[in-house]
Amino acid sequence: MLAVSDLCKTYPTGDEALQGVDLTVEGSETVAMIGPSGAGKSTFIRCINRLTEPTAGEVWLDSTGLTALGDDELRTARRDIGMIFQEYNLVERLTVMENVLTGRLGYVSAWQAFRRKFPAEDIERAYELLDRVGLGGMADKRVDELSGGQRQRVGIARAVIQQPKILLVDEPTSSLDPETSETVMELLTEIAAEREVPVLINIHEVDLALEHADRIVGLHDGELVFEGTPDDLDERGLDTVYRGAEPATTDTSRSTDTPTPAGDDQPRVGDAEVDEPVVANTREQSANGGV
Amino acid sequence: MSSETVRWERFDRKRRLGRFVAGLLVVVTIIASWRFMAIDFVTLDTVPREVADLLTRMYPPDVAYTPQIVDPLIETIHIAALGTAGALVLSIPVALLAAENTTPNAGTYWLGKLLVTVSRSVNTIIWALIFVVIFGSGPLAGAVAIAFRSVGFLGKLLGEEIEEIDFGQVEAVRASGASVVQTLLYGVLPQVKPALVGLGVYRWEINIRDSTVLGFVGAGGIGVELFRAIDAFAWRSVAMMLIAILAIVILSELLSAHTRRLVR
Amino acid sequence: MATRDRTWERPSAFGRRELKWAVYAGVVGFFVWSAWDLGVSPDRVATGLGNAVTLLGDFFPPEATPRQTTRIVDKMLESVAMAMVSTLTGIVVSVPIAFMAAENISPKPLYVVNRGLISISRAFNAIIVAIIAVKAVGFGPLAGIITITFKTVGFFAKLLAEDIEDIDMGSVDAVRAAGGSPVQTLVYGVVPQIIPRFAGLSVYRWDINIRTSTIIGIVGAGGIGSVLLTAFNRYDYGYVSAILLAIIAVVLVAEGVSAVVRRRYQ
Repeated sequence: MLAVSDLCKTYPTGDEALQGVDLTVEGSETVAMIGPSGAGKSTFIRCINRLTEPTAGEVWLDSTGLTALGDDELRTARRDIGMIFQEYNLVERLTVMENVLTGRLGYVSAWQAFRRKFPAEDIERAYELLDRVGLGGMADKRVDELSGGQRQRVGIARAVIQQPKILLVDEPTSSLDPETSETVMELLTEIAAEREVPVLINIHEVDLALEHADRIVGLHDGELVFEGTPDDLDERGLDTVYRGAEPATTDTSRSTDTPTPAGDDQPRVGDAEVDEPVVANTREQSANGGV
Repeated sequence: MSSETVRWERFDRKRRLGRFVAGLLVVVTIIASWRFMAIDFVTLDTVPREVADLLTRMYPPDVAYTPQIVDPLIETIHIAALGTAGALVLSIPVALLAAENTTPNAGTYWLGKLLVTVSRSVNTIIWALIFVVIFGSGPLAGAVAIAFRSVGFLGKLLGEEIEEIDFGQVEAVRASGASVVQTLLYGVLPQVKPALVGLGVYRWEINIRDSTVLGFVGAGGIGVELFRAIDAFAWRSVAMMLIAILAIVILSELLSAHTRRLVR
Repeated sequence: MATRDRTWERPSAFGRRELKWAVYAGVVGFFVWSAWDLGVSPDRVATGLGNAVTLLGDFFPPEATPRQTTRIVDKMLESVAMAMVSTLTGIVVSVPIAFMAAENISPKPLYVVNRGLISISRAFNAIIVAIIAVKAVGFGPLAGIITITFKTVGFFAKLLAEDIEDIDMGSVDAVRAAGGSPVQTLVYGVVPQIIPRFAGLSVYRWDINIRTSTIIGIVGAGGIGSVLLTAFNRYDYGYVSAILLAIIAVVLVAEGVSAVVRRRYQ
């Protein structure tokens, strides 16, 4: 069970990306976090495994308090947290198999890692996973020869081979075309369900979230403004998440009062999040949601 | 009258003035430099004759001398190879220190920059002077000198290469619970490997050229023979050695270009 | 389907594993041979490290008497002056050679001869060129100027020739079609296309020439190098480190100036 309480992150620039977020993910549920770009979704996910250091708050994974761990303990704890990235973040010049086995690095010595000597059961599991994600026979291909959809499948295999207690998924589909997005999301949620791993997923495509998630939370300006089942998310809910409107009012002029800062979400290399198309997209979504 | 003629000029007045001042400054500096050195034109007159004279005495190259330069030539190649290998090993930690995205803190960053700068600013031959004092004359001093000069070169360029890597790949490896060493092995090394090999081979090629002169300060290689022959005015032997040097330099250039094309 | 003991070997760039190990063994063998040939032994290295510690003590602090300081300044100025003059002479000599070494505008025999000249200039270390120049014209900065000019040609003419080879022949043809003479074609068709790189290359080469001018004095070709060698021969290591600091300072300033100027011309 992942329990986050009062998580805050203020960047050195003074930008308050997270302002006290509480969230629990348990069992084998899939929680989708929606919100406009710059709302702090990526920061939130990255604060959980501390790729970004949170400024305040606590993160618990089962009985481990992640926020209090020292470097070595944090490394051990990270073995239990699988992460899937927006830009795949595969090591491009390594083979598919090497990338999948990266998920087992926490269990082998540096020397074994250097010689690529992984335990037989890791290799076996890697082959099984590659078959499962539809990349059977591609183990020795170099990742830079793969298509975007194939890369994200490798990304899924890399995260799942960790046998994690939770999967953190950061915008898994924003670098993919709509059709591939759909199949990747399906694969991801299926595998998670098979293995009974809970999933926390950041996603800005609301229809994908509605389709695949058990629960939806909405983040706006670093604050949790919505929480409920996909059925609970109506037009008003979407307004709240995307335009910062008060739950009681539907005054659209408020959108200008709370501009969403673009691009200051996280200092990550190769961040392809673009503000404009996303906002346009969500307007469309909110119209659909109202019908 | 002048106001009616249409005039066209390449640059506007301010830029022209800037260029003029800069140009003037360069000219003045160069004239001042020439006067400072006080080279009289009498000696200048004889230069072409003296150079021509020397070249005539070099001809024809002493082919019979060839067997005597094989060993020094091999020693030169060994010095370059060992020096480059040593530098490559040392340059990896230096590059990690001198790259903004991998250095642990500001202090280590400046330490990296300092190592790179000192190594690069001191010429191989000066490093050789120092290491001859330390190790005594001989090729060992030469190899160490080559290594010390190359560390800065490799550390700087490799560091720049590390600064260019996609940090997302590194983060993904780290997120799976990898240790620092494992993160370097899986996240950083694959991304800089082509650069590592390419730069190493390129520096080796430069080091072949640099190793040819180490002999002047007693640090081994073909230079020992070369400078002995020059002192003895054995110009035909000198010519033979110059041809041999030219040959291995061109060979190393070809080999280096070929290897760099292979590793992509 | 899932056989229990599937293994995985990292695919090798050499195709076969035997070949891979053979190549690795060959490389290691070569370095062992190198080390053996150079007489690398643990006790030599150990003695060397001991000497290094002693020497480091001798190097610090850097010190120079007032007379030595004057000598450093004087000879350093000579180094810089040599670099200044020979950058100019080097470029002047390089330009015609570059045109003759450009494949697209030069006749084949001329091309081959000039490419050969460039290769020779690049192949020989400045120290070798300098010692030969000293034998030809005697000690002093004149030998240094000849050396640096010669070395500049290999660098400058090569890069300039490559730039000329990369120019857009269309605009050259246009000038020629408009009735331009061969010289006019060069001035209006070729020169404007290479001018931007020219300035950058010049400053870059000047930077390298400053470095070279600080060492060729070791063989008597003028500049600070002779002072350094004398100091070494007298075991005056405090003086040596003072000279080294002066050289490093000048080299860094030149590198800084060169970087700033090149950035402005980008």
